[in-house]
Amino acid sequence: MAKPGAAMLSKGSWFREKILMGMDGRSYLRSLLTPFNLVVVAILAVGLPVIVHRFTAGLAATTRLSQVQPWGLWIGFDMMTGIVLAAGGFTISAAVHLFGMHEYRPIVRPAILTAFIGYLLAVFGLLTDLGKPWNIVMAIRYQGSASALFEVAWCVMMYTTVLLLEFLLPAFEWLGWRRAHETLMKSMLGLTVLSVVFSTMHQSALGSLFLIAPAKLHPLWYSPYIFIFFFVSAIAAGVSMLVVEGALSHRVFRHRITGAHADMDRLQLGLGKAGAIVLFAYFFLKLQGVAEGRHWDLLFTGWGAWFLVEIVGFVLVPSFLYGYGARHGKLGFVRAGAVMTVVGIVLNRLNVSIIAYNWNRPNHYVPSWMEIAVSLTLVTLGVVAFRWIANRMPILSEDPRFAAEEEPSGMQRPGSGRHFGLAAAGGAALVPVAMDAEQADLPIRGTARSR
Amino acid sequence: MKLSRRSFLRAAGVTGSAALGTASLARAGSADARGENESAMLVDTTLCAGCRGCEAACAEANALAPPSPELDVRKTRRDTGPEAFTVVNGFAGGGAHGEDRFAKRQCMHCIAPACASACPVRALDKQPGGPVIYRGERCMGCRYCMVACPFEIPKYQYDRLAPLVRKCTFCAQRQAEGKKPACAEVCPTGALMFGKRGSLLELAKGRVYRNPEKYAHRVYGEHEAGGTDWLYISDVPFETLAMPSVRDEPYPDKVQGALGAPPFVMTLWPPLLMGVYAFSKRRDEVARAAAGHTPGGGGGAGGGAPGSKDGKAGGRHA
Repeated sequence: MAKPGAAMLSKGSWFREKILMGMDGRSYLRSLLTPFNLVVVAILAVGLPVIVHRFTAGLAATTRLSQVQPWGLWIGFDMMTGIVLAAGGFTISAAVHLFGMHEYRPIVRPAILTAFIGYLLAVFGLLTDLGKPWNIVMAIRYQGSASALFEVAWCVMMYTTVLLLEFLLPAFEWLGWRRAHETLMKSMLGLTVLSVVFSTMHQSALGSLFLIAPAKLHPLWYSPYIFIFFFVSAIAAGVSMLVVEGALSHRVFRHRITGAHADMDRLQLGLGKAGAIVLFAYFFLKLQGVAEGRHWDLLFTGWGAWFLVEIVGFVLVPSFLYGYGARHGKLGFVRAGAVMTVVGIVLNRLNVSIIAYNWNRPNHYVPSWMEIAVSLTLVTLGVVAFRWIANRMPILSEDPRFAAEEEPSGMQRPGSGRHFGLAAAGGAALVPVAMDAEQADLPIRGTARSR
Repeated sequence: MKLSRRSFLRAAGVTGSAALGTASLARAGSADARGENESAMLVDTTLCAGCRGCEAACAEANALAPPSPELDVRKTRRDTGPEAFTVVNGFAGGGAHGEDRFAKRQCMHCIAPACASACPVRALDKQPGGPVIYRGERCMGCRYCMVACPFEIPKYQYDRLAPLVRKCTFCAQRQAEGKKPACAEVCPTGALMFGKRGSLLELAKGRVYRNPEKYAHRVYGEHEAGGTDWLYISDVPFETLAMPSVRDEPYPDKVQGALGAPPFVMTLWPPLLMGVYAFSKRRDEVARAAAGHTPGGGGGAGGGAPGSKDGKAGGRHA
């Protein structure tokens, strides 16, 4: 290691402290030799060349897309799923910053980081899928404003920018940039409002995309209200991702977590209650879609069985798991419910965009191994990026040196459930209502940052 | 809906007024909602001899690979493709009296095209005169047009590194020069008749009404997908000729409701959310006072630091 970077690696240097986490070069490299990293390297060793192959040999050489199946795994999984699983970001930042549920503050940053990475991956997946990705800038010049995809494109651009700014907050703390941090703090409220606005529009717009293909999507999944389904299920997915993430990062980043996170179990129970309510509402919305289209008879076909697997097995059942777990303080049930919900929402997006699309055609699309490899690579890159950042920046706990500037939390909010009833008009409000109810049941004194 | 969508864009500051001026959508600004003055084509399948001269002329006019000269290709069902904007499929014994019947397929040039409404960059665009044209230089290759088209006409060059969407252009260029589309130009039997949609529709109905025992009582394309500029009449059901069954309503309308939502979201969400925020902040203040803190001290060690995210609350506490 005693080569050009020697000065960079000397003890106490910025690079060593910030990038190598205080280790010298050799011990840092040694610390990288973990089973996890070996798996990562193996996946990237396959996936990165495939991505290069996609851009040098074309879509035909890498995908099984066809003239009747223009959208495959890269849209159905990378784009649809990447975006919906990022919904935890706007859900929790609205709950904390707008609805004043300060006790959830410790999970805002990981949620926003996840959302930011999720969006970047979705955008990257999209660029891989586009035939002429360099022309994506044309959406700024030539506005096809009658297109649902135009709305998606704009909202993704806008919200990715908002997420970047929200993510910069911990990044500035990491860099020690006080001025920039202060400025950003002042705009957090506005950014949070924007994040809800853009997320509402484009989580639902992803569903609107399919409104124009009534004959191609199976009637059990096609509904004039599909955009509402997409929005409500995004909230369910967001809440569930918060639980899953919380459980995982608690285990993986134990060393990064300080006392502030002692209440994590409680928070997860609160999220469980929210998840139960949102999922229950979503289940009945889906039933209403069937009723509205008078498709009851279709439930008794093979596709109907598959539909029931989705909405009973992966919506109703996790709803009950959530409810039971939250009520009886059983964290295991809540976590199981969260994992099932995440799987269920991913299944829903795949059903809409791939599985039940072209349902009445022979020779249904099955992704090629290279399409799967690219998707897997992107997910892996996301996990690696999260780890890299969470290990260095104040994501899982806020930097105490900056804490003074932040809001005084630690307030017990008595009987606030009633206020939130007023806001229940919108889908986003479902979550705070539920989580607040949880607070009423379990009077938790103090919060993450009580002193 | 259209109007509110535009004002949404304006409000969002997304676009300049110049761009809006030209943003004539599928049917916007057209008094000709039924496309009567659009150029159109009537295909009388009873007159088609299946010579495939139209295929060859199309290939020549659009610089496509020349189609196979073998007439046998008519025996297998073919689809249009990136190198074949039109195909003539044969249906042996498909006629009312056991004759062979042929059906030419190509873009239907909808009055309200789903593809053009779906295109986020308006690379696919409906010209006021009728043709649905494609501007490859702005296409990003999202292939949403292929999802949208109920006739499954747009085809993609998956094997290219800078692929394009390919489909019949109704010879928009030739039309602009005052010429007929290449296929109609060469049709030797009169099976393809080029004209204005209004008069061709009358002509088609006239033929059907005057020969009720011969023709199926229907003009394919009159109502399909809200009406198309290509119209078909036949002596056998159109299903026999493998013409896709497509809903009658204009496809872009299906999305309009959902696309009407953003203006409301953008105008209603922020004040609603700010209202909720005001509630929660007030509640915190009350709780803080009740807990015996002096309001200004609630900010903790920060001293002059703002007590709340918006940076104003601190001042109010003091």
